[in-house]
Amino acid sequence: MDYLIRFSQSHETFRRPEIEALALIEGVDLEIVSYSLDSPFCIAKLPSEDAARRLIQRSILVQSIHELWGHGKTLDEVHAAVRRDTPHLWERYMTCSFKFTLDSYQGSRSAGDKLRIINSFSYLGFEGPIVMRRPDEEFILCEDWEFNSTPLGIPDPKCYFFGRFLASGARDLPKKLDLKKRRYISTTSMDAELTLITANIALAAPGKLMYDPFVGTGSFPIACAHFGALTFGSDIDGRSIRGDEKKRTLKANFEQYGILAGLGGMFTADLTNSPIRRRPLQQNGDGVSGRIFDGIICDPPYGVREGLRVLGVRDPEKSPWVIPKGKEMYKDPDFIPPRKPYSFLAMLDDILQFAAQTLVDDGRLSFWMPTANDEDQEIPVPTHPYLQVVSVCTQVFNKWSRRLITYRRIPDQQVDQVAMRKREEENAALVGKTADELNPFRKAYFNKFET
Amino acid sequence: MKVLTLNFLTCAVKSCKSSSDSFPLHPKDAELAKDDVEINPQLLANVLPRLDWNALRTTSTELGFPSLPDQPPSPEDLTADEKMLQELHSLLMETQIMEGKLVCGHCGHEYAIREGIANFLLPSHLV
Repeated sequence: MDYLIRFSQSHETFRRPEIEALALIEGVDLEIVSYSLDSPFCIAKLPSEDAARRLIQRSILVQSIHELWGHGKTLDEVHAAVRRDTPHLWERYMTCSFKFTLDSYQGSRSAGDKLRIINSFSYLGFEGPIVMRRPDEEFILCEDWEFNSTPLGIPDPKCYFFGRFLASGARDLPKKLDLKKRRYISTTSMDAELTLITANIALAAPGKLMYDPFVGTGSFPIACAHFGALTFGSDIDGRSIRGDEKKRTLKANFEQYGILAGLGGMFTADLTNSPIRRRPLQQNGDGVSGRIFDGIICDPPYGVREGLRVLGVRDPEKSPWVIPKGKEMYKDPDFIPPRKPYSFLAMLDDILQFAAQTLVDDGRLSFWMPTANDEDQEIPVPTHPYLQVVSVCTQVFNKWSRRLITYRRIPDQQVDQVAMRKREEENAALVGKTADELNPFRKAYFNKFET
Repeated sequence: MKVLTLNFLTCAVKSCKSSSDSFPLHPKDAELAKDDVEINPQLLANVLPRLDWNALRTTSTELGFPSLPDQPPSPEDLTADEKMLQELHSLLMETQIMEGKLVCGHCGHEYAIREGIANFLLPSHLV
């Protein structure tokens, strides 16, 4: 049977990756029949009504899903389809309470027109009471209008979809995890809607282990734990995890949302000197052993609002006292180890290598990466022979965008080992000392993206 | 942090990675706390193949928990064995290390744990 997915017309490039990820999580066989970035209406084939409800129950970008009774370019086409394909269904709704609704996207209708259109479905012959609040069944006619249709005086929509309402998505969930009401956040905490979408795309689910290597105040683990996953995180700056050590801490956020069971472990660490156990990449592994996580999610520092640093001394010759001083002082509980600027591209590469080593087969890596909107300055999607790109979603700002890039860990046996050897040979090239040399995005950002 | 996390962590010093003595890290002066967490057999079955069982046996003994069998149960056996499930759940998911140190058996470096958060940052001469 065909179903109509009514998306929200926002974060358009995230919608399809999200729904496809949810189909995997729920084990639902999803076939998308028609979909466009310009329209909130998507037609999909699904095995059952139950599958349709499960598919969207935790979707952030789906408003609702409907059993599609008919669609067409004109109202007459819709009526013809409904009369041709659905008479066997009418019987079921003969006596229940019901209502009819009109959902006009980018258009509007006068009250009189609405009534006239709704009444044109009178041949369905429903005899039950019409109830506006919580009827047993709701029938919706969706209209897809041209942009700006009212001022342009366009009389009719581009197309119509008629169906029976089944269920709503989880559009309310971001409000529940709203940053404005969260006990503890920082300047770069990601908004609740995008963290939840990221958690969906990375396949966070009950029984799964998720890790964020740039955890900050815990936005991603909170979203993942909300979906039932056990979460781990680390940050080079332990203060972000500890907070004020009283009410405003990462742990307090988990308590606030009642998801403390999803807090596995948080620790202070640097990705380039990570304490997480790793095996060298194998060529014939069993897909699990020696690896740990089902998903890795992160929003690495771009080096603009927060510095991009790793452990080490930037210029040991200029400041020769740093290392001996560290040797003397490092056992002091208040000792803060020196850090140096690091290449953004090298860091992305480290994340990929780390993910290849620690993700189980079919585990996902989802990370956010900034890029200039100018094609000449665009940073290409990083690649790794053990990881297959699943989706690239873009959130556009004025002169720059950030992209959510998602990879799937493929089984060792499918890896192109020739490409892997080539990668290892090429990897010595990235050198530089200052933040600008190391980070083309940072440089372009502060030069206002002018070449 | 949960004892489960300890099974994923080794010494952060690069030259220690090749030594088998650097894993697992050994808790020292550990203060433990016990959370009440609802048992999740699906999670435990998922976690099982990712555990380093020998390391877990060492940790379990060092923290004063009953000793674990020599070989890990298969995921099927585990789901059927209520007692084993409960024991693993209690050790891995409910027990938290709140204060103390984690010591590398190879280089002897001590990583401090404060309020359940371990610090794995290294001074420059060890990076």
